[in-house]
Amino acid sequence: MMLSDAMEDEDKWLAEGVAGIQHNAYYMHRALDSNNLREALKYSAQLLSELRTSRLSPHKYYELYMRAFDELRKLEVFFKEEERHGCSVVDLYELVQHAGNILPRLYLLCTVGSVYIKSKEAPAKDVLKDLVEMCRGVQHPIRGLFLRSYLAQISRDKLPDIGSEYEGDGDTVMDAVEFVLQNFSEMNKLWVRMEVQGPTRVRVKMEKERNELRDLVGKNLHVLSQIEGIDLDLYKETVLPRVLEQVVNCKDELAQYYLMDCLIQVFPDEYHLQTLETLLGACPQLQPTVDIKTVLSQLMERLSSYAASSPEVLPEFLQVEAFSKLSNAIGKVIETQGDMPIVGAITLYVSLLTFTLRVHPDRLDYVDQVLGSCVKKLSNKPKLEDSRATKQVVALLSAPLEKYSDIVTSLTLSNYPRVMDHLDNETNKIMAMVIIQSIMTNHAYVSSADKVDVLFELIKGLIKDLEGDPEDELDEEDFNEEQNSVSRVIHVLYNDDPEEMLKIILTVRKHIMAGGPKRLPFTIPPLVFSALRLVRRLHNQDGDVAGEEDPATPKKIFQLLNQTIEALSYVPAPELALRLYLQCAEAANDCDLEPVAYEFFTQAFLLYEEEIADSKAQVTAIHLIIGTLQRTHVFGVENRDTLTHKATGYSAKLLKKPDQCRAVYACSHLFWVDDQDGIKDGERVLLCLKRALRIANAAQQMASVARGSSGPVTLFVEILNKYLYYFEKGNPQITSGAIQGLIELIKTEMQSDTATPDQNSDAFFTCTLRYIQFQKQKGGAMGEKFETIKL
Amino acid sequence: MVLVLAIGDLHIPHRAPDLPAKFKSMLVPGKIQHIICTGNLCIKEVHDYLKSLCPSLHITRGEYDEDARYPETKTLTIGQFKLGLCHGHQVVPWGDLDSLAMLQRQLDVDILVSGHTHQFKAYKHEAGVVINPGSATGAYSSITYDVNPSFVLMDIDGLRVVVYVYELIDGEVKVDKIDFKKTSTATT
Repeated sequence: MMLSDAMEDEDKWLAEGVAGIQHNAYYMHRALDSNNLREALKYSAQLLSELRTSRLSPHKYYELYMRAFDELRKLEVFFKEEERHGCSVVDLYELVQHAGNILPRLYLLCTVGSVYIKSKEAPAKDVLKDLVEMCRGVQHPIRGLFLRSYLAQISRDKLPDIGSEYEGDGDTVMDAVEFVLQNFSEMNKLWVRMEVQGPTRVRVKMEKERNELRDLVGKNLHVLSQIEGIDLDLYKETVLPRVLEQVVNCKDELAQYYLMDCLIQVFPDEYHLQTLETLLGACPQLQPTVDIKTVLSQLMERLSSYAASSPEVLPEFLQVEAFSKLSNAIGKVIETQGDMPIVGAITLYVSLLTFTLRVHPDRLDYVDQVLGSCVKKLSNKPKLEDSRATKQVVALLSAPLEKYSDIVTSLTLSNYPRVMDHLDNETNKIMAMVIIQSIMTNHAYVSSADKVDVLFELIKGLIKDLEGDPEDELDEEDFNEEQNSVSRVIHVLYNDDPEEMLKIILTVRKHIMAGGPKRLPFTIPPLVFSALRLVRRLHNQDGDVAGEEDPATPKKIFQLLNQTIEALSYVPAPELALRLYLQCAEAANDCDLEPVAYEFFTQAFLLYEEEIADSKAQVTAIHLIIGTLQRTHVFGVENRDTLTHKATGYSAKLLKKPDQCRAVYACSHLFWVDDQDGIKDGERVLLCLKRALRIANAAQQMASVARGSSGPVTLFVEILNKYLYYFEKGNPQITSGAIQGLIELIKTEMQSDTATPDQNSDAFFTCTLRYIQFQKQKGGAMGEKFETIKL
Repeated sequence: MVLVLAIGDLHIPHRAPDLPAKFKSMLVPGKIQHIICTGNLCIKEVHDYLKSLCPSLHITRGEYDEDARYPETKTLTIGQFKLGLCHGHQVVPWGDLDSLAMLQRQLDVDILVSGHTHQFKAYKHEAGVVINPGSATGAYSSITYDVNPSFVLMDIDGLRVVVYVYELIDGEVKVDKIDFKKTSTATT
């Protein structure tokens, strides 16, 4: 209520003021039209009296001021044309000083002053000096600010700048600078003096209003920056120190922040670079509450852009030691502003890091130094909990990754992991993911064990449980995604040199083994395959291997793999472990390491026996065992017999008859390897097929008993196909008679009363018969062989 | 004309971090009508990626697939062709053409697509075709040394199927084309 009342009142006062101006302007215009100087002065003074009000807020006062300003322009034109009023400008300058009130008097004086300078009847510097001194007479902040703003406005184009028409005859650019600086200082004092008091709500509003006036003060800095005559020396020796002196001494938070910012924005970057020490020196002297980090960030931002603008300016940066100066200044600011929240400090370091990455991309030591300073700031403090601060730390740590696409560069930064240590576990994981993504998108290889070690230290939040990790709040999807990322990254830890590669593998192993049962199923497979690739590489270059002492031998790697896969039993993950054992067995086979291959098969069988209970999982597992064993040639008779015996035995013990049947006929391939030196034991093949047939029969009977109808003939057709397979391969035990018998058996089964019609088996059988037909028609040896089979 | 992508044995992330970038840039959504995947993706992320390329996605289970819902075999009809899909670890000896031919008869299909060996193969067998698209990531295999990443695109048009093999050799994508025509005897 109070505020809105006040606003209504203000509107009323403004309207009154405007009316006053319009009223007097009307008479002033009449006076001007009749060239009546006396009347013109009278009404213009009355018009200007409206500006004496103290009741308007800066915003409304500005409206009033603008109206008066417009009228003063008309008056100025009149003053300029001496023939209209017959009074010399010197006399006019005296005359207007007779105005009764100080404010109208000074506005009029400024207006005449403008004409006076233009007439060049007196040196510009004298008039300007006079005006800027006289304006001291108004000490009310708002009135004073607007008056001086008027002075700045009318004098802008009349400064004795280099190349200006007002230069010379003792008028120098120094005078221009003096004048603007003095007006600036006075205005700033007025501005700072604006009282902000009362209850909070009112104070906030007043503070806002005060802030609206800042551009009036800043305008002076803008004018300064436009003065051509201010070269680097003049800026360095006079302008900057004087401005900073005013900024520091005013001890006003709002003014200090605004003016520092303004200073940085209006003057050229080159000047900032050359006066860095002075500029930065002022920072710690500012009020502790000033938002200096934003100011400095902007300065660094501008300097980085400046550096990027042309390679020619880079030597300047080195010459003035920009980095160390900025670094020192930031250190001092953080030190003196003890209350600065941690996020502020880190933001400053982010800016400094961005600066050095852009300006000195080759100076990794600078990067590390910035990170080091950050560590210092964070040390002896509990882990960060402020989310804005952690966000800044993530930005800090991400910047080098983005800059150096080669992750290895970032891995050499000794302070990098130390910064990460200060993150909470959640953010630590996020950062670890950022690191991994950076590696993956850049297709970078990490090619030494040392670097791998550093990398795993950095991403340890993903590798193992950290202290204070919540036990039960695990989001499974997130967790899987994280672990899959770790799994991916293992593939890019690579070196062509086998010795170094082995070291890398050992390092990876060391880290991932600490991961616990949740993580091992994710991390062990990529490690195993990475190691198997190394085995293959070593095997291919077999001739060069020095001997048993050589650390990187397939044998040694297999030992390592055995222990590694064993760890999966604690998970437990028997199905995965069995698959990995079989992969190793086959790789050992390729290396002609019989005992090693046997050991891996043993492990696989043990898991099968003891750990894999699910019937479906058993079917897959036994097929994988058979498939692998079928490809293995390294075994002597005894070992081979043991293993094949086991495989067939387990095949026949599967739960479901059809599964038994299929696994058993698959085992027939263990006795018939269709290559030059492969085993070809026709008799045992036949034994397997007969056994499969028996199981198929049993299955049919069971189906009859249990369901009243026999099952589909698929199994028989499958066995028929196996017979055909060996028949073609020339197994003497498989005769056309046996095949004929099977065909008849299937036909009978299909026609039996209890047969369950089944399209799939019918089609399968038809296809098989068609295949026999196809072979018969082939002619040649194969055709002859199939001749005896009658369809 | 129907485009069918046959792909498999990616083994992500066990044996490879991701599909080769060159393949990824070739495989864009909206071009392919069906994807048949022989299995071993191995994780859901890869499943989702394939699904994003084409919603008609058919997958059989490889021995490393975490998703137990994938079937062991699958058949589908596209145009005039009946296609069969199976990872292949169930068919001993692995990669053996005659044994795969038996599976082809069992499924009664014109085209059998299987994987597991990580080696691209395309054979005409009796009246049908047996195709192995290889490993799309060039994943390590105990069966095949020096695996090149590969996949297969089948262009099925009437009684004709053109098989395009994309293979990544030394960083360059090489394309081969094999033509198959279905004879009338293949249909019963």
